[in-house]
Amino acid sequence: MRNDGFARRSAGATIALLSAGLAVVAVAALGIGRYDIPFARVIAILTAPLSPPDVAVTPTEANVVFIVRMPRILLAVLTGAGLALSGAALQGVFRNPLVGPQVVGVSSGAAFGGTLAILFSFPRYGLLASAFAFGLSALVLVYALNGIVARRNILALVLAGVVVTGFFGALVSLLQYLADTEDKLPAMVFWLLGSFATANGEKLLLVVAPVVLGGALLIGLRWRINLLSMGDEDARTLGVSVEPLRWLVLVLVSCIVAAQVAVSGVIGWVGLVVPHMARLLVGPDHRVMMPASLLLGALYLLAIDTLARTATSTEIPLGILTALVGTPVFALVLRQTQRGNHGF
Amino acid sequence: MASDRVMLHLDEAGHSYDGERWQFRALGLDLRAGEITAILGPNGRGKSTLLRVLAGLLKPTSGTVGTNPRTGVVPQEFSGAFPYCVLDIVLMGRARHIALFETPGAADIEKAMAALEATGMAGHAARSIGSLSGGERQLVLIARALAGENDVLLLDEPASALDLKNQDIVLSLLGRLADGQKLAIAFTTHQPNHATAIADKVLLMLPDTRTLFGPTDEVMTEDSLEALYGVPVRAVGLGDGGQEETAFVPLFRRRARKGDIHD
Repeated sequence: MRNDGFARRSAGATIALLSAGLAVVAVAALGIGRYDIPFARVIAILTAPLSPPDVAVTPTEANVVFIVRMPRILLAVLTGAGLALSGAALQGVFRNPLVGPQVVGVSSGAAFGGTLAILFSFPRYGLLASAFAFGLSALVLVYALNGIVARRNILALVLAGVVVTGFFGALVSLLQYLADTEDKLPAMVFWLLGSFATANGEKLLLVVAPVVLGGALLIGLRWRINLLSMGDEDARTLGVSVEPLRWLVLVLVSCIVAAQVAVSGVIGWVGLVVPHMARLLVGPDHRVMMPASLLLGALYLLAIDTLARTATSTEIPLGILTALVGTPVFALVLRQTQRGNHGF
Repeated sequence: MASDRVMLHLDEAGHSYDGERWQFRALGLDLRAGEITAILGPNGRGKSTLLRVLAGLLKPTSGTVGTNPRTGVVPQEFSGAFPYCVLDIVLMGRARHIALFETPGAADIEKAMAALEATGMAGHAARSIGSLSGGERQLVLIARALAGENDVLLLDEPASALDLKNQDIVLSLLGRLADGQKLAIAFTTHQPNHATAIADKVLLMLPDTRTLFGPTDEVMTEDSLEALYGVPVRAVGLGDGGQEETAFVPLFRRRARKGDIHD
């Protein structure tokens, strides 16, 4: 089909364009900050181990690029990619364009784990472990609750997510109420607002494994998500084992989200907004929409984080910016999708 | 006919959701290659339930069902949440043939296009499903079932929401698929004339879980349809030269209007 070939080619071109855009923005972001480095110089610094530049790389430059900014930028890229991919997968699985990664309760479970760690002054790795563990336990609770109510019912699954989210939300409030207002409460609030400011190699490592592994598996399942989005019964008649596949997707998403919250707090709106932008760009087919979401999410969060650390002298928490930027963008995207044929 | 292979069968099968009200009971049914079976019954008598049992989506409460893994189901309406393009929808019919972490390849696209060709929808491959008419959507869903290279085709009221022209298109397509590709086809319908047009056999789902199953000519009578629907039905012979057609007409209670001639 000529038309179809055209559609696929243009989708491929969009993906290529997004990849190139991400690379350019990432290099630019390495140079932007209080210690400004021109774009070309950043490239020279990056390629220095391969071909030493004419002007030798100073220790300050190397420190700023590799130690200070690189982990943070990679963290922003991985987080944005992971959240957007999770959101795209969940919107397909739940057949609902209004769900985001928070719908399965993992974010609030992880938020509780992190807050608990701050209250009891766990060591640094204790916070990461606690947030990750409680994030995954939220999914176990959702699974159990869904089993009690109705195993095969997708609405019961969403409601179980709402219940677990509400439960952990209340627990977070309780911990905040109990916390010392001088010292621990601010720490909790700032941690919950989300930031990459404390990014380092270790935090990066914690996010790399779940995002890369989970992300690769989700991308592998992208056509199956097309099938799941047809509805349970239809998917079953097409030969799909609906429940195991759905839980596989949920487990992968939960690993990504729990690791993300553990490292950088709750970052909302990325997983909800970005899949809509991707759908607007390349259409609803998850085979191209999910890779496009991944790239767009990385690009989006990298841009917002660069804004967060450079716009004002004190850093604006990421969670605030993603919501401030995300909500009007979402409204615009919705207007666009409801007009044209890209809608749902 | 009798020598055709049985592709799917029910044996003494019954189904009930609550153990009290039965949708059907002690039902025996064979779907054979190249044969079309029409399932007739009023609303709520369990036509769709029967179809779901045949498809293996529901287990029969009693008796056995010999399901066929190569069964394609055509739902009444497209239920997807996203406006995929027609080719992407038809490709979904290939799911059984594609491994978990794989996506459809060139061979799958070829088979999907062949299925679209067979239903006359090849020209619409790149269009969004949302932009199609009800009849076109039905043809796309049939193409999706064909793309899976199935032996059995189960259709839930394939023509009920369509205008006369599109009813004819869908019904004659089913006829071609039974004759040409030797598919075993079963479909539910509210319209007795759909059965007389193309079905080899008819199953009537009568009141009190009684059923009547047999060749179309034997089952489709004024009396049996009257028992089925609870409305007087007349068979009308429409001799059209060489071809003798029988149409079934329900006699609805007519409203007395001004100007009617009163006895």
